[in-house]
Amino acid sequence: MKDAETRGGDPTTPAKTTTLSKLGLGGTLYRGSWGQWSWLLHRITGAAVFIFLLLHILDVATIRISPGAFNAVMGIYRHPVMGLGEAVLVAAVVLHALNGVRIIIVDAWSQGAKYHKHLLVGVVVVFLILMAGFLPVHLGNTFGWR
Amino acid sequence: MIPRRDPAKRAVVVPQRAELTSWVIMRVTGALLIVLVGGHLAINLMTGHGVHSVDFAFVSGKWASPFWQVWDLLLLLAGLGHGANGMRTVINDYVRGDRARLTWKLVMGVVVAILVALGSLVIFTHDPCPHGAPADLLPSFCG
Repeated sequence: MKDAETRGGDPTTPAKTTTLSKLGLGGTLYRGSWGQWSWLLHRITGAAVFIFLLLHILDVATIRISPGAFNAVMGIYRHPVMGLGEAVLVAAVVLHALNGVRIIIVDAWSQGAKYHKHLLVGVVVVFLILMAGFLPVHLGNTFGWR
Repeated sequence: MIPRRDPAKRAVVVPQRAELTSWVIMRVTGALLIVLVGGHLAINLMTGHGVHSVDFAFVSGKWASPFWQVWDLLLLLAGLGHGANGMRTVINDYVRGDRARLTWKLVMGVVVAILVALGSLVIFTHDPCPHGAPADLLPSFCG
């Protein structure tokens, strides 16, 4: 990772042989630095949230069938396993949102590209604060602690 | 592993202006979604007993107000618009072959169009007091 870190700033330096490239995974690795991992995380969380959105529109649509049918579907969301899934979903949404703000700042602020790593640290810090507020409430509701 | 190829020889030719529009759309809908999704999660997961409070009566109570109907319509449109445009980028990046790319985008477009229609209808044709439904499942204002 030290290689990736030092390579990150200079796009003209050719990629060195890394453990990943020896394993045949080099082709999927861009410069391996902060920017790449936040890009990958943004893409994974975005795709995951989009797929959930498609399903969520369908499950809410059962409200047009009958009150009992809708309540039965909502009952699935109260299952402890689903509750943990919802915690992961909210984490993905929050990360995607905060990293999206970081992307807007990098685009709009003249010093944004220079400080993008600091901004990413900010994303992680705000993420941890928001999840520290959300998780006790949500897990409390899911497992009946409240 | 994925063979490398010259990005300049890509089959997809996208007009610059269209990509600028796409860039603006992502930022506008993204900023809007922070407010819309934030409010949605705060009300549905953080108030009362959170996910345990969400049922027919709860949603009927929300949709009795035009405020939450419009909120959820904007959530539907901005969410699907932002998500579909993001997935368009993902399809452009990973799906190989012009026909396959077009097919994936068409399928996604049809799915999104159906869900926009379905979601809008559900929000604006909702009947909070359906005839013959058990009274204990209905919102209190059904009487």
